[in-house]
Amino acid sequence: MNPDITRSSAAELAHALDSGELSSVEVVQAHLDRIAAVDGDVHAYLHVDGEGALAAARDVDRRRSSGEDLHVLAGVPIAVKDVMATKGLPTTCGSKILEGWVPPYDATLVARLRAAGMPILGKTNMDEFAMGSSTEHSAYGPTHNPWDLSRIPGGSGGGSSAVVAAYEAPLAIGTDTGGSIRQPAAVTGTVGVKPTYGGVSRYGLVALASSLDQAGPCTRTVLDAALLHSVIGGHDPMDSTSIDAPVPAVVEAARRAEVKGLRVGVIKELGGEGYQAGVRARFDESVALLQEAGAEVVEVSCPSFDYALAAYYLILPSEASSNLAKFDAMRYGLRVLPEGVDDPSAEQVMAATRDAGFGDEVKRRIILGTYALSSGYYDAYYGQAQKVRRLIANDFAAAFEKVDVLVSPTAPTTAFKLGDKLDDPMSMYLQDVATIPANLAGVPGMSLPSGLADEDGLPTGIQILAPATEDQRLYGVGSALERMLVDRWGSPLLTRAPELSAKGA
Amino acid sequence: MSALSRDDVAHLAGLARIDLSDAELDRMVGELGVILESVAKVQEVAAGDIEPMSHPLPLTNVTRPDEVRPSLGAEAALAGAPAQDQQRFSVPRILAQD
Amino acid sequence: MATAVTEAVVDYDEALERYDPVMGLEVHVELNTATKMFCGCATEFGAAPNSQVCPVCLGLPGALPVVNATAVESAIRIGLALNCEIAQWCRFARKNYFYPDMPKNFQTSQYDEPIAFEGHLDVELEDGTTYRVEIERAHMEEDTGKSLHVGGSTGRIHGAEYSLVDYNRAGIPLIEIVTKPLTGAGERAPEVAKAYVGALRELLRALGVSDVKMEQGSLRCDANVSLRPKAGEATSEEQAAVPLGTRTETKNVNSLRSVERAVRYEITRHAAILDRGEKITQETRHWHEDTGVTTSGREKSDAEDYRYFPEPDLVPVAPTRETVEALRATLPEPPGERRKRLQSDWGYSDLEMRDVMNAGAVALIEETVAAGASPAGARKWWTGELARRANAEGRSVEDFGVTPAHIAELDGLVRDGRLNDSMARQVLDGVIAGEGTPTEVADARGLELVQDDGALEAAVDKVIEANADVAQKVRDGKVQAAGALIGQVMKEMRGQADAGKARQMILAKLGAA
Repeated sequence: MNPDITRSSAAELAHALDSGELSSVEVVQAHLDRIAAVDGDVHAYLHVDGEGALAAARDVDRRRSSGEDLHVLAGVPIAVKDVMATKGLPTTCGSKILEGWVPPYDATLVARLRAAGMPILGKTNMDEFAMGSSTEHSAYGPTHNPWDLSRIPGGSGGGSSAVVAAYEAPLAIGTDTGGSIRQPAAVTGTVGVKPTYGGVSRYGLVALASSLDQAGPCTRTVLDAALLHSVIGGHDPMDSTSIDAPVPAVVEAARRAEVKGLRVGVIKELGGEGYQAGVRARFDESVALLQEAGAEVVEVSCPSFDYALAAYYLILPSEASSNLAKFDAMRYGLRVLPEGVDDPSAEQVMAATRDAGFGDEVKRRIILGTYALSSGYYDAYYGQAQKVRRLIANDFAAAFEKVDVLVSPTAPTTAFKLGDKLDDPMSMYLQDVATIPANLAGVPGMSLPSGLADEDGLPTGIQILAPATEDQRLYGVGSALERMLVDRWGSPLLTRAPELSAKGA
Repeated sequence: MSALSRDDVAHLAGLARIDLSDAELDRMVGELGVILESVAKVQEVAAGDIEPMSHPLPLTNVTRPDEVRPSLGAEAALAGAPAQDQQRFSVPRILAQD
Repeated sequence: MATAVTEAVVDYDEALERYDPVMGLEVHVELNTATKMFCGCATEFGAAPNSQVCPVCLGLPGALPVVNATAVESAIRIGLALNCEIAQWCRFARKNYFYPDMPKNFQTSQYDEPIAFEGHLDVELEDGTTYRVEIERAHMEEDTGKSLHVGGSTGRIHGAEYSLVDYNRAGIPLIEIVTKPLTGAGERAPEVAKAYVGALRELLRALGVSDVKMEQGSLRCDANVSLRPKAGEATSEEQAAVPLGTRTETKNVNSLRSVERAVRYEITRHAAILDRGEKITQETRHWHEDTGVTTSGREKSDAEDYRYFPEPDLVPVAPTRETVEALRATLPEPPGERRKRLQSDWGYSDLEMRDVMNAGAVALIEETVAAGASPAGARKWWTGELARRANAEGRSVEDFGVTPAHIAELDGLVRDGRLNDSMARQVLDGVIAGEGTPTEVADARGLELVQDDGALEAAVDKVIEANADVAQKVRDGKVQAAGALIGQVMKEMRGQADAGKARQMILAKLGAA
């Protein structure tokens, strides 16, 4: 195992590949070795495709040596959250109901990764059907936070964030419906971005809440996220909700990293009571750094954010209850026959399968969503929630009249212990209180590490938000802040993470 | 928002085609009640004239031309089928008549 | 739930004495687009099972719909042809319920925001009166897959052991057209229902948006029927004020004939129940064309809670007024108006026009006239001569391989005086036998009316001379006697003379013209 390779950023690897210093096969192999060494403990991967990744790597190396013009990230391997359809690779969405399902098609995003020549190392663990904030609701067992294996890595995309935090991949794809990229990034000391809704194709992203889901980059640096964002972003005619416009100039913004004269708004409603002291402390320091660098910082109020969680937990289950109806044992996936029933009907087989195949959190949300959409309740629940959503969007719009970006702590706490919040769904939902407003309004958001909390030495994250379609602002501010913080720390935050004991490395 | 009774939850589970065990049903009634109280908060908001929102950008008229694209092929389509016969998906007897 | 026992019915006329029927007709039209509503799969009829499916129409996890532009255009054109208002802005909605032939277990349809609404269709009944069918709405949705029920005796769902599903049909675009409650038809309700579906079919065919073959399922009709007490010698306003009765919905109505019969049957069945003082069960019923009855399906009263909400994977459809007007310009003339215009252009009597319509020959005659035939000639050949031959041989007119161009040419030859009627029929024989075009056949067979007056005159003189006594009779004023002379002249001319001209010449020569 070559630690130099696995500790490198994707940008550094790309450079080494381009100069011929490294081959893609070497890079992939180094990561496969690392996975073998540590994933037994971390459990970030649900499926590792060593053969496929090496074959793709060989192909890129061959094309590079024959002088072909390649994408900047060609040959850099990547992990993909198991909610994206990957042709020929199992796609479980963290659920038993899709155990063994192998999609016959690639998500558009995955096709773009392949077209860019990026070997896919495997599929990462997640809360079942992306419902959760800790990856404990995976039907295949939780992922462990590389900083402290007894703690959660965040969710629903804990696998993707853990994978980059544990150096098991330089890059990963995550998806974010209420914070599932950003919150895991915050609690694992990594970078995560949720693009503007519609900025990245959802074709092949197994839907949780269609109007909230977005796929995005999970990386160790802001520049890496920008490079990945520009591969996966852009219009897709197969996705009616995708934006027909070029990807914002995210890489350029990340390289320029300017904050002088930038107006930064601190969201009053996010970051007060209920937020861990260490989280707030690191956040305040990051904001101060921005100010020192020439940014203008003001407080802004977004009063309707107080209703965001409530609106979210009506909209999401409603859409999810409909999106998950397709899992019925008739065409693919698990089929379970009801016990003690001779000659069961299709209806009975559906009901038995869905009870056996879905976990508790999924069942809870399906029931809740079914209720919210029921005749007589639509106006008061789903209908009303969609109006609250408009108010939240209006609050963002008003705020962005006054400032260029908004900031808040990404999550209220650092990584809690596995098992801590399983008996209290509401307290789990509160993890998303700062990230949810962006999904409701469709605006882009980034989380990057803001330091370690004093009380437990665990990572905290700062969230940056920008107006819809202005994703590049995240990268500009994020990159600048990252540089200042790393300067202050002397090295990236992740270097402070404990070494994972390699198993027979 | 009224609390959900056990019967309500059972009815919803039926609509959602999930065969909950008695134990599951009991547990869920309690859990849902707590969640619903919080969610009732949306009703506090006076949103009379507000336009509901579904997408941050007001996209309209996204269509595609009426041109044939390749299908999956029957083999790939049936590849994941729990049961198949005569190139069709085999499903247990259907009770309800459409 | 009813069993196979036949339900009681009341005599139709009696039922209509006591009750006033109200109908609601829902027609589903399968569009003839090349691809499905939300994906690019082909829509060919009769393809191998599951050979025209993709992740989208199979409902695979992760797949997303994209709207077929042509389907939207067809929907708007249908709406315009039905005199509907076209929505400025509308959305798709999910109709959620579980059924194995629905891959997503929801149907993407339109709920409270249909693309077209508030229209009407004036339907002509057989006796020439008109009934205005008010149209509530027309909206876009997608079709389901098809199930084969295996085991069980009838191939139907009851008693089946399992089912085999083919999703080729899943996702094919459907337009659902819903009427408002149709009132005031009284005892003509079944006739109105049939006429409406027939008129709708003709209109859709003229628009070119569907094959509209009821037997193939590209046009489906569900008939809703309810009865309310007849308000005695009430005025229509008073009748209108009587609340509507409970309705039943009848499916599996696969032909125009079935529409009429099913509505009629349901009226008599409802009447029997109401006469007994019982309540009508609100349910879906299944029509059986062979036995002429409906049987109970499932109760509609446990109203399926479809939990409609706007489809989040699609964006609104907002046709501009320019687009709508451009589509309006593509509408063909409404069939009823077209018929009136043609009848007038062709100078046919009502009876003649009706004959032509019943023979299904309107389009044929149109084409033939366009090719240069006279309307009278076109009608005579198609609905007279050819129809007669077809009947005699038990074939259809199309089988003869005679084209409108042929008929136009034939008619031209007769009008030009090159052929007389009997010669024309011989030429037609030749065309049917595949000998060529009418002109070619006439040439080959040497069929040509002698135009040369000289030859005709010579023949006339000869015949007059040979039949002096008959000629004298004509001179004396017995004009009918000329008939025998004409016959002889024709014989002399080997039939290749204009009989009318011969007659004129004979009479002139005998001083009786």
